[in-house]
Amino acid sequence: MHRFQRMATGATAAVVLAFVGSACTGSTTGGATDDPNAETTITFWHGWSAPSEVKAIQDTVDAFQAEFPNIHVNVVGNITDDKINQALRAGGSSAPDVVSSFTTDNVGQFCSSHVFADLTPFMEKSKVDPTATFPPALLGYTQYQGNQCSLPLLSDVYGLYYNKDDFKAAGISAPPKTLSEFKADAIKLTTPAGDSYSQLGFMPNYHGYESTVSHYAALWDPEYFTPDGKANVASDPALAAMFPWQKSMVDALGGYAKLEKYRSTFGDEFSSRNPFMTGQVSMAMDGEWRAGMIDDAGTNINYGVAPFPVPDDQAASYGKGYITGTIVGIASTSDKQNAAWEFVKFLTTDTQAVVNFANAIHNIPSTFAALKSPNVDQDPHFQSFIKVAQNPDSNTTPSSPNGGAYQLTLQDVGYGYESGKVTDLQSALQKAAEQIDTDIAQAQ
Amino acid sequence: MTATTISRRTRRRRDRLRNLAFLSPWLLGTGLFFLYPLAATVYFSFMKYDGFTAPVANGVKNWQYVFEAYPFFWPALRNTLWLVLVVVTLRVVFGLAVGLLIVKIKRGAGMFRTLFYAPYLAPPVAATMAFAFLLNPGTGPVNTILGRLGLPQPGWFNDPTWSKPALTLLALWGIGDLMIIFMASLLDVPREQYEAAELDGAGALRRFRFVTLPNISPILVFAAVTGVIQTMQYYTEPFVAGKVASGQIGGSGQQVEPGYPDKSTLTLPQLVYNLGFQRFDTGAACVVALVLFVLAMAFAALLMRRGSGFLAMED
Repeated sequence: MHRFQRMATGATAAVVLAFVGSACTGSTTGGATDDPNAETTITFWHGWSAPSEVKAIQDTVDAFQAEFPNIHVNVVGNITDDKINQALRAGGSSAPDVVSSFTTDNVGQFCSSHVFADLTPFMEKSKVDPTATFPPALLGYTQYQGNQCSLPLLSDVYGLYYNKDDFKAAGISAPPKTLSEFKADAIKLTTPAGDSYSQLGFMPNYHGYESTVSHYAALWDPEYFTPDGKANVASDPALAAMFPWQKSMVDALGGYAKLEKYRSTFGDEFSSRNPFMTGQVSMAMDGEWRAGMIDDAGTNINYGVAPFPVPDDQAASYGKGYITGTIVGIASTSDKQNAAWEFVKFLTTDTQAVVNFANAIHNIPSTFAALKSPNVDQDPHFQSFIKVAQNPDSNTTPSSPNGGAYQLTLQDVGYGYESGKVTDLQSALQKAAEQIDTDIAQAQ
Repeated sequence: MTATTISRRTRRRRDRLRNLAFLSPWLLGTGLFFLYPLAATVYFSFMKYDGFTAPVANGVKNWQYVFEAYPFFWPALRNTLWLVLVVVTLRVVFGLAVGLLIVKIKRGAGMFRTLFYAPYLAPPVAATMAFAFLLNPGTGPVNTILGRLGLPQPGWFNDPTWSKPALTLLALWGIGDLMIIFMASLLDVPREQYEAAELDGAGALRRFRFVTLPNISPILVFAAVTGVIQTMQYYTEPFVAGKVASGQIGGSGQQVEPGYPDKSTLTLPQLVYNLGFQRFDTGAACVVALVLFVLAMAFAALLMRRGSGFLAMED
């Protein structure tokens, strides 16, 4: 009996050790030795799922194949981040060669772990100058510490949506350009009703959908990190100015608790019950997609779009905004990296392809040439965002090796400060800086 | 003599192999789905592993980070323990009360059984979203009714004080599973024991204390142990409730705040996901998973011990 138990234990231990041992193997890096002129098939994973988006990306792939008939593209859509990470980890014959992801926060990890191939040698070989091709903000979120392991595939740009009828009723003739004008307009557009509002000029709370710390902070263009990668949030004047401004908006419009209660009456952000679309708020910070949603929903809201107002002492930089977007990279496990690069180059730098794709899915083109193209959607709302994308002061949040955890740390400071739980902002920012450094040290 | 020994040995070996063959499905299942993951979790908890590159030993750094520097760990642990103590206790008490009520009802028992059981069949995401709608502090019908009655209107999922009680209400709403097993065990209590107790002059409370409870105590222990394990794995409901109430769906490149409001709906399983799949820190995620494992084992052992003592006492 004892011997049998020993045998069973031994067999189990052998199975466990075998599996534990196999789990320790890491991914290998692929080499770029394939011939891009040979007949080959590459696999492309993307996350788009709506029929119109799937058709748009397929049209782009078809255009590529017309130009490169020897490179066949196996397109796999509706892919989530978890699946991407799993495939990049495992590699293998069915793993993707080219991957696009909506989660720019993961770029730091993709670059630092080298699961995405560094695209710099490919760009040099093809004479693609990234700084002359892509706006600086877009290059910012597609690289980590100099490793350009992904490229931008269209972008999302933030601006100010305003209700023209509400503006007219309040006697406001034009959208605000500075934050003091913005605050005055928001107060003018607000009509309190008991412990709520019949109309709110603007929802400043950090939970007010797109009014997040990083989106506001872009108006001051912060330096989140020092050149040596340490958190700069406690020393950066941009954040020290942004938090009090937001808090002053909260106080001026009725206070945190009242605004939070009103916020709970809002419908889903990405539905026709969005508060700007229902008229519950007169102004909103939002991305270019909102215009398309308003049009698609058939709401008769009379709205305009403008760049978000800027700090009074930076009035000259009016026109800038926050930018993020979709990224695309080549799996380092791919043994068809040269063919994959031809595809990535086409997707990200071919002006007509970028313009057609942007027009089809109502995103902003991601190259200088495509932004200037006369074929880009000429709708005035869309053009407002094009101008923000072209503004040299538009900026983004830099990538980090832990999925952008520093943004959550800063959001936490924001929640505490706007609600009044945190009163000593400098001390909170100091603690946040220490936390960010600890988190990054843990990730490296 | 030698031939007999050999044949005995051969027979024994055959017996062992046959036994092993019979046990092999269990051995394989336990090895693959319990022992291997457990051993791997312990192994990776001492490794720096981002899920992509080969793991590198880093001693107890992950443990130090989780216990000393990860700001979400202690709030999540407190929330998980709160939910285990409150939700499990209330679910067992409420499930038993509903079971008792339904076995006593003479007319319409079928309808009540269906009414109480149906919510259990609702998918967790849909049920949580429905609760978030009902308990919405601004537009929800619950607060509208409370307001009309002149009663206080809590912030429910939007208020850190009320978010866990709101989750408790959601857990009690889906009590159907416990109601069914308690009903079955209550119907299994021998009638003659009640009749004997009644003849001895025992009232309803004493009959419950000295007849019902001893008979259903194994089921009570079962409900408590499985309840603890389920609550330790509580992920979907607090995650969805927090997300819906915060209004943060998470657009492109956007971080989603865990545990809204004010980390009050954060549970340990959410941290495993946050660390392992959003921060690419498999090592620290394994530490949290092991904390969960140890806690679940400790609670289960405690309940089994208390339960067996309770049973022995009643015997």
